[in-house]
Amino acid sequence: MKALVCVKRVIDYNVRIRVKSDKSGVETDNVKMSMNPFDEIAVEEAVRMKEKSQIQEIVILSIGTDKSQETIRSGLAMGGDRGILVKTDKEQLEPLTVGKIIKAVSDKEKPDLIILGKQAIDDDCNQTGQIVATLLDIPQATFASELKKNDDNTLEVTREVDGGLETVKVNIPCVVTTDLRLNEPRYASLPNIMKAKQKKIDLLEIGSFGIDIKDRLQVLEVNEPPERKPGIKVDDVEALVNKLKNEAKVL
Amino acid sequence: MKVLVIIEHDNETVKQSSFSTITAAKEISDSVEALVLGQGLDSVINELKKSDHLKKIYMIDNELFKNPLAENLSNAIQKFAEGSDYTHILSPSSTFGKNMSPRLSALMDVQQISDITKIISDDTFERPIYAGNAIAKVKSSDQIKIITVRSTCFEPCALNSSVDVESLSVNLDTNSSVSFVSYDKSKSDRPELTSAKIVISGGRGMQNGENFRLLEGIADKLGAAMGASRAAVDAGFVPNDWQVGQTGKIVAPDLYIAVGISGAIQHIAGIKDSKFIACINKDEEAPIFNFSDYGLVGDLFELLPKLEEKL
Ligand SMILES: Cc1cc2nc3c(=O)[nH]c(=O)nc-3n(C[C@H](O)[C@H](O)[C@H](O)COP(=O)(O)OP(=O)(O)OC[C@H]3O[C@@H](n4cnc5c(N)ncnc54)[C@H](O)[C@@H]3O)c2cc1C
Ligand SMILES: Nc1ncnc2c1ncn2[C@@H]1O[C@H](COP(=O)(O)O)[C@@H](O)[C@H]1O
Repeated sequence: MKALVCVKRVIDYNVRIRVKSDKSGVETDNVKMSMNPFDEIAVEEAVRMKEKSQIQEIVILSIGTDKSQETIRSGLAMGGDRGILVKTDKEQLEPLTVGKIIKAVSDKEKPDLIILGKQAIDDDCNQTGQIVATLLDIPQATFASELKKNDDNTLEVTREVDGGLETVKVNIPCVVTTDLRLNEPRYASLPNIMKAKQKKIDLLEIGSFGIDIKDRLQVLEVNEPPERKPGIKVDDVEALVNKLKNEAKVL
Repeated sequence: MKVLVIIEHDNETVKQSSFSTITAAKEISDSVEALVLGQGLDSVINELKKSDHLKKIYMIDNELFKNPLAENLSNAIQKFAEGSDYTHILSPSSTFGKNMSPRLSALMDVQQISDITKIISDDTFERPIYAGNAIAKVKSSDQIKIITVRSTCFEPCALNSSVDVESLSVNLDTNSSVSFVSYDKSKSDRPELTSAKIVISGGRGMQNGENFRLLEGIADKLGAAMGASRAAVDAGFVPNDWQVGQTGKIVAPDLYIAVGISGAIQHIAGIKDSKFIACINKDEEAPIFNFSDYGLVGDLFELLPKLEEKL
């Protein structure tokens, strides 16, 4: 089996976000960038399946600027075999566009399993995996917290849903999107980081796909969220209950 | 303009988030209709019929929709909407909507607008990005707008009406490449996290699942829902569907009580719209205090029993 893992370069989850003063977006200059955390979980899952010999090849795909090569390299250092970068100058693409590109790459690569994060922590869209599955007309198992490969070429996937856990069975090929509990991603070891430098990354121009990448959703402005009024510290439990009853009137 | 609301339910009751989505739809247009897909829908329809603002309810009662498989649902909704004059299709931004709606948007070649928190006009909306650390105002140029709605930002509609219901049949093959296996529903007599008036959550500071009993007593007294931080869920203290935050559930109760939670941005993202936030934490430097209206510094194991007693 061959796995295609989709990884996005995003502002690191620990960075304090600053909105640009001209409201055009958020500050990305000199800001630490990392692989989207859910995509690390996706890479990790593929690597574990390869270690169990359920997967033979792992291809790491990113669509983004030249700098996304670093993100692909991180995936290769974790255990990916080779990379594909679909290059664009646009800093952000919409999920529908990204989904169409991933579909086009999949048509050529013919992976058995496509793993994505459930959500990119920059746009917080939670769409791309579902779009890819729909465009390829293959089943989806989103928000996965457990994956089990059966002998009959199906996957049994436990999904984190609002009311508990749902399990579905999907035929391979399929799309899986990862949730936090699926695994704990490894840190790449130094030797593996060195080895990853030798691994191949194919560069493709986004223009070569003949896909319209114009935004359907125009960002008019980006604002700071409303701030919460600063609160107070109370001395003891009695004071807390008193405030909640008489000031906030919520008890 | 005409808005279609996709109703989330469990074949027994309508989810509160559906009523909030109806309110959002009404802000876009006076012409709002609802579509319900499921199996054995009598009680769902009886409840939904009462919704204010709805002009009509369409129902498709079919074994195909006994379990909410996104593949079947999105195909059926697309068939239903095809050739109709809906300008907007709204679903709640729950795991149900998140799973299904992007499929619908891909089938209709529309760029979905996820998790809207405010309606500016029929084509312009606000939605949080970067865990709510920024708010984007976005304008859609798609012919049909496909949207998921953050339910905590819209009051549920009132239930004083009696709406017309039309039952439809569907001509659809089951998708044979996906099947439902099981649903492990977390059992709870407490109110739903996302619609409760009071929520009390525990974090890593609770140390283990047993200790959540200390919160239970308080939740019982207050009729509160219970939640948790990611750290508490990851450590297995409580079930996954208790996770509150950017990538878990968004809550906006009148009162949120955070116990043994440090206040990471990903957690704050899920609680920021609460009317009042109170916290208990032994580290007076913990970021949670910056977001709390009332902060109590101290050891939770000492303070929680006292709190329960005083309530
Ligand atoms: C991609 C991604 C998504 C995430 N999504 C979410 C999300 O949706 N929701 C979420 O919550 N987190 C999320 N996180 C995790 C988040 O970054 C934090 O790691 C997490 O919220 C920390 O949980 P905590 O506050 O319980 O634990 P900690 O940060 O360890 O805090 C524990 C707190 O308990 C206090 N404490 C300890 N003992 C006591 C005591 N006896 N009495 C009183 N206080 C005590 C400590 O002072 C400390 O402040 C996400 C992270 C990533 C990378
Ligand atoms: N530009 C991109 N390149 C590669 N993968 C992406 C890209 N954008 C999104 N993805 C994948 O889609 C997932 C969900 O993203 P989103 O739908 O934007 O929340 C991410 O976790 C990635 O796995």
